[in-house]
Amino acid sequence: MSRPSTAHQVRPQRSREASLEAVRNPARETVPADLDRLIHERIRLGIVSALAVNRSLTFNELKALLKTTDGNLSVHARKLEEADYIVCTKSFDGRLPKTQYRLAAAGRRALERYLNHMEALIRATREG
Amino acid sequence: MANPGPLRSPQREPIPIDTRAADHLRYIRETMESAAEFTAVPGWGGVGMGVTALVAAIIASRQTNPRIWLAIWLVEAFVAVAIAAPTAATKAHRANSALFSGPGRKFVLSFAPPIVVGGLLTFALYHAGILGALPGVWLLLYGTAIVTGGAFSVRVVPVMGLCLMLLGTAALFAPANWGDAFMAGGFGIVQIGFGWWIARHYGG
Repeated sequence: MSRPSTAHQVRPQRSREASLEAVRNPARETVPADLDRLIHERIRLGIVSALAVNRSLTFNELKALLKTTDGNLSVHARKLEEADYIVCTKSFDGRLPKTQYRLAAAGRRALERYLNHMEALIRATREG
Repeated sequence: MANPGPLRSPQREPIPIDTRAADHLRYIRETMESAAEFTAVPGWGGVGMGVTALVAAIIASRQTNPRIWLAIWLVEAFVAVAIAAPTAATKAHRANSALFSGPGRKFVLSFAPPIVVGGLLTFALYHAGILGALPGVWLLLYGTAIVTGGAFSVRVVPVMGLCLMLLGTAALFAPANWGDAFMAGGFGIVQIGFGWWIARHYGG
């Protein structure tokens, strides 16, 4: 079930300067609401991008793809799951536990918004 | 006292915003391309091709007429394409990506040249009456195609190509009547083994 998430609210009238600052320094806490801070983080952006071109990927596939650790991937995937951006399914492959992730509709929309945002920033900067 | 000169605050170099945003977009694209590589090669299709290659090797090994022997392997080549094309397309579709875009397109473009050369050499060697060299040539060129195509895929794919090339090299220097056994090993067992591995680990 989808639940409201303040992380990906769109506010088109926000200041251009705040947007630019978020891109200039993504590590700062002043990331504005409309620059989706959930997927602005590198690993989470990687998870969403990878799942956008696959029906599903296992935990190990994502770990190998993003060259990260178990703990790191686990933490970031949980944040995306809590925002209903991705769906996690746990099962058993023989005796081995298997965790699979797939992109939810909200996650796909968030990635599209993020891509549009980046493209708009590039256009705005080069035109201005 | 020496004049220290004008004071300058330690400021960072300004980061061009469009460069940063372009870097984010590049990261998304590269991640998508790498992720799509997981599904570029059809594992179960490889198993299917391996099984039909084993059947072809058994039938071909019983032939005494070289034209019929060649015809059997050419039919097997068409059967392999008929298995590979739909399984690759299905897998690409499942992964929400087109077969002829991104990594799939790179795979096909890199895979095709050695296969075309293989076709030309088959024609030339057949007319020169050197059929005994065909198993080695086919295995070498198919292996080369897998290595070059697999350069954009997961590591197991070029490794499979290298195995086929090694078998092809051995076949070139082995007695001619071992050709079907080498092809059963390469097109059959190697493809079944690696196909099963790809299917299990890389989504079918």
